[in-house]
Amino acid sequence: MAASRSTRIDRWVEWLVTAAGMTGLVALGLILVFIVREALPLLFDGDVTLGKLVLPQPWREGRAPTWLWQPLSRVPKVSVVPLIVGSVKVSAVAMALAAPMGIAAALFSSEFASPRARELLKPTIELLAGVPSVVLGFFALTVIATALQTLFDWPYRLNAAVAGVAMALAIVPIIFTITEDALRTVPNTYREASQALGATRWDTAWRIVLPAASPGVLAGLLLGFGRAIGETMIVLMASGNASVVSLQLRDPTRTLSATIAAEMGEVVSASTHTSLLYFLGVLLFVLNVGLNASVGAWARNRVLRARGAHA
Amino acid sequence: MKAHRVNQISAGLTGLAALLIVAGLVVVVIDAVLGGWGALSWRFFTEEPGDDVSEGGVFPAIYGTVVLTLLMTVAVMPLGVATAIYLHEYAPPHSRLARWARAAINNLAGVPSIVFGLFGLGFFVQLLGKAVDHVRGGGLHYAQPGLLWAALTLALLTLPIVIVTTEEALRAVPVETRMASLALGATRAQTLGRVVLPGALPGIMTGAILALSRGAGEVAPVLLTGAAYSLPTLPNALSSQFMHLGYHAYVLSTQAPDVEAARPMMYATVLVLLMLTFALNLVAIVVRSRARRGST
Repeated sequence: MAASRSTRIDRWVEWLVTAAGMTGLVALGLILVFIVREALPLLFDGDVTLGKLVLPQPWREGRAPTWLWQPLSRVPKVSVVPLIVGSVKVSAVAMALAAPMGIAAALFSSEFASPRARELLKPTIELLAGVPSVVLGFFALTVIATALQTLFDWPYRLNAAVAGVAMALAIVPIIFTITEDALRTVPNTYREASQALGATRWDTAWRIVLPAASPGVLAGLLLGFGRAIGETMIVLMASGNASVVSLQLRDPTRTLSATIAAEMGEVVSASTHTSLLYFLGVLLFVLNVGLNASVGAWARNRVLRARGAHA
Repeated sequence: MKAHRVNQISAGLTGLAALLIVAGLVVVVIDAVLGGWGALSWRFFTEEPGDDVSEGGVFPAIYGTVVLTLLMTVAVMPLGVATAIYLHEYAPPHSRLARWARAAINNLAGVPSIVFGLFGLGFFVQLLGKAVDHVRGGGLHYAQPGLLWAALTLALLTLPIVIVTTEEALRAVPVETRMASLALGATRAQTLGRVVLPGALPGIMTGAILALSRGAGEVAPVLLTGAAYSLPTLPNALSSQFMHLGYHAYVLSTQAPDVEAARPMMYATVLVLLMLTFALNLVAIVVRSRARRGST
């Protein structure tokens, strides 16, 4: 009797655990279905057409067509182009700073540093990963903005560059961790063979180890970029919130994520504006899924391990 | 020797990059400390904000953040640990379902935090909240932003963290221990409950602490699902709105009418938030390294 009771419990547990295992799937599916459902009314809305979303529109008599995002004005202007440009601009600045730094630091940690230095470096960068983005946004708003203002004397205090620098601080731990992990996975035999053939440590690192680890490094870069695109608080606080198209780094800008955060609070429920914001959410969601999918399967598992601990 | 030189220079340059990153962290911390340390006091931690933005303390924000993250942890731990157990202990090795479940978690980890906030607002607050109010009767309680929905939103966001750290912890329990248990006649469930989980406990705790730390710092999800800037009372029900350290810092630094007066308050709030997340992270790191050392 004892045996069959514990067998019954065993089967119960297995059932429960399997059901729980589906949580991730259910959650992801639920999120996708829901935000798409909320964005769907846009398909039937006369004010919003694909052209209006993407092509420059002539908003004022006699002026050239431009892209504008001002859904709250009497004639709603709903181009998503300024927002996409904003997101990409800030993320590009962040990547331009974080990618070289992160990869170089990872090379240092994996190929040149003493074990002691490595033991100190990894947790410290993990600590940086733990800094809340609102703190980084605050830092951008105060220190970085002042620093860049004194250095360059730009007309606007808060702009894409300021947000980009803070964003770099936010994504460099991701790039570092994943790259370092990828570098460490390269078998030592590669390094030994290279050095036996007379290469310097640098040659070995740059020409043998790094290329061997390139799927992982690429994964780190893609995920860093994905994180940058989706980041909200830093841009909300430090990018200046001007939804116009401009390629200049010193101009204020607006990103997809900041727009959702800023406008969702003041939106009239079940209006075109709401659906538009959900649509922006769908864009962000799809972009991230796309980035995830393009990360190869091997890298994906390592990335999840490295990132889950301090994403 | 030339090779030696090259090695030295490259070590130096890459080390410089590492140093710069660390310097970035240090500068952020020092800036917060310099600006906010002076405003920290017993009063700051135990009082509520005064009428003038430069007075009073942030106790309600601390309270709100703590209650929120505790609720979130209660919600996320059972689900996260169970999912990890499924993935590691029960999923058949080449099952398509398991692969999809894992891919889903991978993707969930990449969803931007504002999208979680959007989902929380639309699904939890507006949909579930309305349903709950309808069933409950008695007016508008849950169909508006509040603790419960914010906690659930954050739980979704931190789910991947718990799952990944728990899996790591489960992996650390030696296969031989499991086999010994099964060889002695225990069922899988018994092995799980009496051998594997106790062995994985430190790692699971690490996951909880990391999730706590992440949850305490995220503002975007609670922006739309329950955080408020100035409330007359502390939250006393699952449907109450709450004050939040991160949200407070955000509002102070972007919408304060008198920036100079609000300065000490801003910095101090940010400093408290930073200290909180750092403390949690350090505890997690310590727990994790002790677990690793102890498991040999």
